[in-house]
Order: sequence, then structure tokens, then C-alpha cells
Amino acid sequence: MLSELLQFILSGVTLGAMYTLSALGFSMIYNASGVINFAQGEFIMVGGMAASFLSATGVPLPMACVAGVMIAGLVGGLVERWAVAPARDAEVASVIIITIGVSMILRGLTEILLGKRPHALPHFSGEAPITVLGATILPQSLWVLVVGALIVLGLNLFFGRTRIGKGVLATAYDRLAAQLVGVDVRRVLTLSFVLSAGIGAVGGVLITPISTVAYDTGMMLGLKGFVAATLGGLGSGPGAVAGGLFLGLIEALTAGYISSAYKDAVPFVLVFIVLVLRPQGLLGTKPTDRI
Amino acid sequence: MLTVANLSKQFGGVHAVQDVSFTIPQGCVYSVIGPNGAGKTTLFNLISGLYTPTSGSIRFEGQDISGQAPDRLARRGMSRTFQNLQICKNLSAIDNVMVGAHLTLNASMFAGMFRWPGLARADRACRERAAALMERVGCGDFITADAAAMPYGALKRLEIARALASDPKILFLDEPAAGLNHTETHSVQTLVAELARSGLTVVVVEHDMKLVMSVSDRILVLNYGRRLAEGTPADIRENPDVIAAYLGADTEEE
Amino acid sequence: MTQISQSPAPRAARSNTGRFIGLATLTTVVALLPLALPNAFYVDVAIRIAILAVNGIALNLLMGYTGQISLGHAGFFGLGAYGSAVLTAHFGWSPLWALLAAAAMTAVIAWGVARVILRLRGHYLAMATLGLGIIISIVLSNETAWTGGPDGMAVDSFSLFGVPLSGERRWYWVFGGLLIGTVILAQNLIDSPAGRALQALHGSETAASVAGIDVGRRKVGVFVLSATVAAVMGSLSAHYAGYINPGIAGFLQSVELVIIVVLGGMASIYGSIFGAVVMGLLPQLLAGYEGWDSVLFGLIMVVTMIVLPRGVVPSLTARLRSTRFGTKGNAPC
Repeated sequence: MLSELLQFILSGVTLGAMYTLSALGFSMIYNASGVINFAQGEFIMVGGMAASFLSATGVPLPMACVAGVMIAGLVGGLVERWAVAPARDAEVASVIIITIGVSMILRGLTEILLGKRPHALPHFSGEAPITVLGATILPQSLWVLVVGALIVLGLNLFFGRTRIGKGVLATAYDRLAAQLVGVDVRRVLTLSFVLSAGIGAVGGVLITPISTVAYDTGMMLGLKGFVAATLGGLGSGPGAVAGGLFLGLIEALTAGYISSAYKDAVPFVLVFIVLVLRPQGLLGTKPTDRI
Repeated sequence: MLTVANLSKQFGGVHAVQDVSFTIPQGCVYSVIGPNGAGKTTLFNLISGLYTPTSGSIRFEGQDISGQAPDRLARRGMSRTFQNLQICKNLSAIDNVMVGAHLTLNASMFAGMFRWPGLARADRACRERAAALMERVGCGDFITADAAAMPYGALKRLEIARALASDPKILFLDEPAAGLNHTETHSVQTLVAELARSGLTVVVVEHDMKLVMSVSDRILVLNYGRRLAEGTPADIRENPDVIAAYLGADTEEE
Repeated sequence: MTQISQSPAPRAARSNTGRFIGLATLTTVVALLPLALPNAFYVDVAIRIAILAVNGIALNLLMGYTGQISLGHAGFFGLGAYGSAVLTAHFGWSPLWALLAAAAMTAVIAWGVARVILRLRGHYLAMATLGLGIIISIVLSNETAWTGGPDGMAVDSFSLFGVPLSGERRWYWVFGGLLIGTVILAQNLIDSPAGRALQALHGSETAASVAGIDVGRRKVGVFVLSATVAAVMGSLSAHYAGYINPGIAGFLQSVELVIIVVLGGMASIYGSIFGAVVMGLLPQLLAGYEGWDSVLFGLIMVVTMIVLPRGVVPSLTARLRSTRFGTKGNAPC
């Protein structure tokens, strides 16, 4: 009974770590540019697909993983330069449409290049489950959790300590002012895409051994990352972590106790409720309009 | 006509408007002045329902209207313009004015889809009236223009035309002369005087002292969100507090 | 942007002639097209285009004119389709009553949802509508007892007062007529005070509300209208196709409708027809090239938004007008 609950919690936290990485990507881009990037899920997918393709061609696993992340980062940068930057002054709806378009392009290209079938990666440290108080956890899940935590810490340091990180924050706060004090805003915006694509891809690479990846898995992961970011409050880093973990837990518990058929509906019902009660998200701050 | 009592509005810890009371008699031109950040626009936004007061009451024609939504206040006969223009750039200029006449027309979606008898005729009459209003406020040159293509000064007047299209009982003008040149300011001044003569109650927030002093029947002076003085232009001109806080600085500038 | 033209009030006159010409052209095309269509396959493509066009116009009222994004509109199409299918198959209702009931049910659902979510703006509204669409398609996939689950279900053919409606050619006239009717009603609405109110709240919610427009009620109204149109089209196309699956309510179908609106042009009725023609033909041209359809759709979205952010039809009419009048014109069309 208790071990069952623990089991659900463990798988929920693993899922949650994944959603957190996706949500962090959303928040970072939203902060820097005010854009919601509907292609975020495709970055996750590209990372996982690239790594598994390289690994299958004989590239050593660690190198394949790093290369997968770098490829996704590169794709992120190109997306910003070619698709998002040219529409800098467009309406919210236009930018949403552009990023949806980008996601379709990435999905289609992956399908053409790597086919429709799901791709896998070997588990990083074997597949023997570790038993904790009667529940089991895969070593790969520990990888997800630990690397996820390291990324959150790393981002914290990046934004708090480094010059370029502070530049991103300044750009988020007031683009014009940041430009005036010498922040290279163009570079910051591209960097935000590269980083969030990279972070998403790390998630994709880590999760692929557990759940495999296919050309169309990115969409749901991305949407759930968006839900997690919205739950926590768009643009809030701690909000992304809280939202991601919360979402993963609720989803795992629903699948376990209520209905696994409806587990994919849970995030959307949840975001609905939260948006109705607190349109600014759980941890976000309320914006005030000036008239 | 309009009575404001002990009105306050806080944003977070900032007291934008604090314990302000005044009465606007019917048919007069009432001006609200004060240095930047004195709370004039906040006061307008409170009265026109865009903000909800933290405390205090607003009574219009004897009824408490504080906290009512702007569209309900419009039904009661309130109308206003905006300091930061609120123009519908996706519409033509004259359509903007006709938006102001919304309440005078049958605006049901069903009637619209099926061209209810009389609808087109009423709309045509409204279009003519809107054109006449545009002529009246002095942007008659733009009757066939798109709002997005109009210069700033004309847009300010277009807002006045839109506000008048609802046939209001009371009209709030938020800095009608800001950003206008001398001639344009003068024509706004004439327009306000004309409107007042036709029996409309006009409330003006304005920085241009010449305009305020010449058109106003009464003036309210705000400073740091509080009422500093209230009275006729002559009273205000001689009020030592006002001179110290505001007019003194202003005359030095000129 | 537009310059002032010479005499007062030619705008209304011009748009009236324009309206007539547009409608006459559309009617002629719809009437003569069957002569040019060699076989049932092409008639079927034409019917699908008409369905997309009606849905696109309805969504354009919400997105292009009123400025409220919806990423879940196919969900309402699915509700109408499944409403009709379930009521006729499981309860033995006549198709007409089933259609009306499904439309009414969808309207009620849309109304309840709209009251809540249309207070949201921008990204949050996008998120909420997207979530709504996904919830609908998940429910349709999982209530296997009623809907047949992911495998879908068969739908009886439509009959009116005992007379069955069958054959592509007959359905063609139904959908062609519906398209013309939709264009007329939509244009009437846009030119009416109600339509002006919708466009005004797109331009400035503050200005609209100060002018006496109940912004919340208006948004809900147009949302319910466009959802109901989608539901009716869903019902009819389910009967026409004879088979439905949950894919018709999916996210990609919603995106397809959004592409139709933005490609053709926000706030352009004929633009939506253009968008529907493109989106109806492309899959035929790309059949067999898996993946490329997705790439091409994506490219269309990105390139249109960057190069012609106002959409194809408004950009072209603006260019036409500017060459004809020698000024740079961009009157709304």
C-alpha cells in the first residue's frame, strides 16, 4: 500500500524532472523575449533522436549524448535567428503561429531523416532496478533527477553570478535599458534559445532510455512543459521547478489510482483550473496594466 | 451632478489618490490640475470605472456608481478620452467614431447577421452623424482615412469625436491638448467652450495653464494624490499653496 | 498605409460594390466548378475545401476580427461530429435532430468555457484553448463504449424527412450552399454595429468598454458563434464521410484551421477561403511524401507570418488598390 504510493511518487518525480526541464526552457525564452516557444517540445525530441541515431551508428554513448544536446542547441539558435528574430515586432498570435510552424518543420524533417519508428538509447548505468522501501526505481531515473537538479543549480549560478546571465535578466526586465547599458540584446536572445533548446535536449537524452523517442513525442512533452511553466507562473524559475514536479506527481498518481487512460488529460484540466483561479500562475506575480 | 467623497486608491503601498472629495455641478467646465504624478489620470480611471476604488464613493446623478464597469457607466451617460490614445487602429477613422455610438444602435449579433430591417438605415444615419462630428471637432479631412494612417493631433480629436458620439451627459477629457501645437491647442480650447455652452458637463485634466484658466468654471488642484485646493480660476490663481506647489514653478518655466 | 481619398463617404459605397463582386464571383465558381471536376474524387476534395472554408471563416470572426486566439477549435468540430454520430447510432435519433442537439450542446459547452477563459489574454488564452481541444480529443479517444475509441465509428448517412442525402454531387451542393450562406452572414455581421463592436474590442478593449461595449459578453458571443458553426460542420461532415475518428478533433486539425486564417489573412473572409483552398489541395499534392506535408505546412506558417504578416489576400488587395489609385492603400477587406 505504502510502497505502491512510494512507487507512484518516484515515477511522478522522474516525470516531473523531465517536465521541469521543458518548463525551464519555456520560462527562459519567455523571460528574455516575451515569446512562448511552441517548438520547445521539438528541441527535446531532436536531442533524444540525434543522440540515439549517433549512438546507433557506433558513436560512444557519452559523446552521442553530448552531441545530441549540442545539435539541439544549434537548432535552437538557428530557429531564433531565422524564424523568431525576423518577427520581433509582431503580435503575440503571430509569434505563437511562427513557433508552431517551426515545430511542424522540425517534426517533419526528423520524420524524413530518421523515419517514423521510435528510437531508443541504452540505459546509462544498467537496467537493474534499485529497491527503495519496497518500491523500485531505475538507475536511469536517478540520472534524470540528479542531472535535472544540477541544471537548476547551474542556471541559478549562471543568472546570479555570470555577466552574460545577468545580461539575460536585464534584457528580460527592460530590453531598451539593457541595450543602453551595453548588453548585446541580439546575442542574449539567441543565447536564450540555444540554452533552452540545450536544456530541453538534456531532458530528451536522459528520458530516451526509459521511454524511447519518436518524431512526434516532442509535442506532448512540450505542451506539458508549457502547462508546468504556466502552473508555476510564466517566466518564474522556481515556478517552473514547482510546476514541473507538481505536474509529474499528479499525473503519476492519477495514472496509478484513477485512470491511466486520462493521465494525459490531467495537465490540461489542471492548467484550466489554475488559470481560472489564478490567471498569473501559482507563483507568478500579477501584472498591472497602465492606461 | 458628480460627487466624489473621500476617494482613495492604493497600488501596492503607493497612495495614488488619497481621500479626495469634490463636486462637479451640471453644465460647467471642471478642470483637474496638478504636477506630474499628482494622481489626475488615476482619478479619471477611478471615475470612469477602469480602476476600482480602495475606499470612498462616487455618486453620479444621485446614484452610487463606484466600482461599476466602464460599459455600464457609458449607459448612464459618461464618456471619456485618453491621455495615451486608445484608438482602434484596425478600423477606419469614421468607424472609430461610430464605435462611440454603439449604445444608440441595435448591436445584436443575430440582427447583424440577418440584416434586421432598419439596421442598415440606422447605421447609415449614424455614419453621417459621425462624419458631422468629425467635422465639428476638426478632423473632417480624415473622414475616409484609416485610423492607422492619421497623425497624432488628428487622433486626439478623433477620440473627442468618438466620446461625443455616445451623446454623453458628462465628458472627461484626459489631457486633450498634450502634444498639440499652439493652433491645435487653441481649437481644442474653442471646442471645449462650445461644448459647455451646449449644456454638456466637461471635466478636463490638462497641463496647459492658459487653456485651463480660460475654459474652466472651477478647478481642482491635486498634489501627491491629495486635494490641495478647489475653486474658481481666480481663487486658484491667488491660492498661496497652489502657487507654492505648482504655479510658481510653472511660471518660472515660461 | 492608407491616404485620405477625395470625396466623403465613398468607403461604404466601394465596399458594397466590392461585396457584390466578391459574392457573384464566389457563386459563379461554386456553380460552375462541378462541370470542371472529372470524378467523385475531385468533388470530394472540393467538399473538404468548402468545409475548411466555413470553419476558417467562423474562426476568423473570433481570431481575425475579434483578436482572440483559439488553438482548440477542432475540438468543437469533433463535438458536433461525435454528437451527431452518437445520437443517431446509439439513440436512434433522426440526423436532423441529432445535428441540432449536437450544435446546441456544443454551444452550451462553448458558452460555459468561454465565460471563464476569455478573461485570459495572449499566451494564457492560447494555452487554455489548446488544453480544451486536447481534453476533448482525449475524451473522444477514451470513451470507447460510445465513440469506438481511437478506431473511430461509422456514421449513418444523412436523411431529411425520410429522403436520404447521398452521393458526392448532392453533398457538394449542400456544402457549396453553406459556404455562400456563411460568407453572406459573416459579411453582414462584420458590417453591422455588432461586428464593429467586435473589431473595436480587438483594437482597444479599454476604448470599447468606455464606449459602452460589454467586452466580456461580446467575446463570449463570438466564441460561441464560431464554436457552433464548427459543430454544425462537424455533424454534416460526419454524415457525409460516413466514418469519424478522434483525429478530427486533434491539435493538428486546430492548427490547420489557424493556418487557414493567418495564411489567407486575419480579418479577411475571402482570405479564409483562399487559405482553405491551399490547405485542402496541399495534402493531395503531398500524398505519399510523408513528413514533407508537415515541413511544408510549417514553412507556410513561418514564411507567411514573416513576409506577409497580414495574410495573402489583404496584402494582395492592398497592392492592387495602390496600383489602381496610385496611392498606398490598405482598406480592410
